[in-house]
Amino acid sequence: MTEILAKLEHVSRVYQKGREKVDVLHELDLEIEKGDFLALMGPSGSGKTTLLNLLGGLDRPTGGTVTVGGQELSAMSNSQLSGWRSTHVGFIFQFYNLLPVLTAQKNVELPLLLTNMSGKERSRRAGIALEIVGLADRANHKPRELSGGQEQRVAIARAIVSDPELLLCDEPTGDLDRQTADEILKLLQTLNREHGKTIIMVTHDAQAAEYAQRTLHMDKGKLEARAAA
Amino acid sequence: MKYLGLVWRNAWRKKARTSLTMLSVMVAFLLFALLNAIAFAFRSGQDVADAERLVVIHKISLINPLPISYEARIAATPGVAEVTHASWFGGYYQEPRNQFAQFPVDARAYFEMYPELDIEPGQLESWADNRIGAVVGPEQFGWTIGDRIPILSTIWPQTDGERTWEFELAGIFSTSDQRGSTAYMLFNYDYFEEARAFGKGTVGWYILRVAPGANPVEVAQAIDEQFANSPNETETSTEAAFAASFAKQFGNIALIVQLILGAVFFTLLLVAGNTMSQSVRERIPELAVLKTVGFSDGSVLGIVLSESILIIALGGLLGLGLGWLAVQGAASSMGAMLPGIYLSGPAILTAIAIIIGAGILAGIFPALKAMRLSIVDALARG
Ligand SMILES: Nc1ncnc2c1ncn2[C@@H]1O[C@H](COP(=O)(O)OP(=O)(O)OP(=O)(O)O)[C@@H](O)[C@H]1O
Ligand SMILES: [Mg+2]
Repeated sequence: MTEILAKLEHVSRVYQKGREKVDVLHELDLEIEKGDFLALMGPSGSGKTTLLNLLGGLDRPTGGTVTVGGQELSAMSNSQLSGWRSTHVGFIFQFYNLLPVLTAQKNVELPLLLTNMSGKERSRRAGIALEIVGLADRANHKPRELSGGQEQRVAIARAIVSDPELLLCDEPTGDLDRQTADEILKLLQTLNREHGKTIIMVTHDAQAAEYAQRTLHMDKGKLEARAAA
Repeated sequence: MKYLGLVWRNAWRKKARTSLTMLSVMVAFLLFALLNAIAFAFRSGQDVADAERLVVIHKISLINPLPISYEARIAATPGVAEVTHASWFGGYYQEPRNQFAQFPVDARAYFEMYPELDIEPGQLESWADNRIGAVVGPEQFGWTIGDRIPILSTIWPQTDGERTWEFELAGIFSTSDQRGSTAYMLFNYDYFEEARAFGKGTVGWYILRVAPGANPVEVAQAIDEQFANSPNETETSTEAAFAASFAKQFGNIALIVQLILGAVFFTLLLVAGNTMSQSVRERIPELAVLKTVGFSDGSVLGIVLSESILIIALGGLLGLGLGWLAVQGAASSMGAMLPGIYLSGPAILTAIAIIIGAGILAGIFPALKAMRLSIVDALARG
């Protein structure tokens, strides 16, 4: 009784580079179950980020369909996609991408500004999210007053604050040392196991991939499964 | 608006840059307020002028006095409904810098001639009946009724050589026409006439009202012809013509003001526009993040535009506020020199419209750029 959360069917993504066409993804099929923690590995330029962007509704396929939570993203308008992203998916990037002018607390509250929540409720929920990532005591710090690992925790809190079912992480530990990376990966694992988040994580680090339930390898826009080491 | 905090924080991301931009906006609007008030002062003489009122002065100059005997002859001229007179006293209160205008007049006749001046009938009567009584516009040196007021005249000594004249404040008048000045004092001509050391039997100028149906131009001609070839020839003109010829000596003030303001605001747009486009350029990835977490293209446009409007509104309101204070100060300290200096309601509304317009103009191109930003490209760059 596994439930499919995300589904790619015959997905292609062609980029136009001047006159040249770059065929990044070609007729790709993929199913991701609810509660999965999937690591995506592969050489640079193989299309991992492209795949993540399609799953998160940041980009549109040139062919095929992307369905997440029963909704077909490729059929939505831009503004529908914006609205969908704010509640159904959280993004975590290699370079954290926090707003430097806002405190950790306000960064986490950002996605909630799009709801009808009162200021008090926004602040309460952001507080809970910071609690989950273990950074409640740094709520009033600006990003530049935080370490890389702490910044990434804030970014994770921002990704989960509106309680999306899907987390998309693009090399979340790519900029961190081993020990900090392990802490972040444990946090993601906890979010997967205890909070039921479905996670897709792009990584170049085989040790990082071990935290996932399964690993897919991508090469030149094609996916292949290998047994987790 | 719940995005205000975000807009506010972003506006101040580079404090020095934002402060400098705001400062230049502030200076522009300060200039706007001052120039507008001055242009208004030059215009106001004409605006408050009553076409039915004529002014009779000595043909040689306003400074030369006219005999008091002319009053009856002017009054008898066909087409003249009423006539009264005023003179220049040239005094100050306590210190030379407290210079303001005082006119010895015939109390009741003067207020009849100027119906736009309001005074309580009781105060007018007690002034007229008090030899040394005087009335002033509101808030002159904080005087209250009953105060003894010494005024030193730079022109008129009394018969005993004393230059300080004592008055008793009997009333306070105001004007129903907000553009008219009230920064002057009126006192009884009889007191002036009896006590002054020289110049007895003269007045500074006459003011008359044309009878209904009479032609002001013909009335003016009739008066001037009457006194032609006398030692004291006259020149009669309408209040409006008098004010207009006075203003023309200074060139077309309104046009000059508009040209200066045009140049100032063009520069302002360049400065503010540059600030906004720099600010957007240096945070492309941040704008992409806003879109990533679900902000629509429209709200990103709105956020950048609000930022631009906020910076210009802060600077603009500050400049307007300073301008207002300066104009208030100028009105009370040199109201006699430049009566009618005033920051008018339409000028303030124009300034607010300019604030919004300039905010939009300065921010629109960066805002459109932010709106059209592709998340995928922007994040790949970051
Ligand atoms: N906006 C774009 N326009 C043109 N080509 C693009 C664009 N985005 C990506 N590509 C191309 O698509 C291919 C896949 O890019 P993608 O970013 O998905 O790779 P990746 O697997 O994430 O690589 P990395 O491990 O280096 O992040 C690359 O060849 C890249 O040059
Ligand atoms: Mg990538």
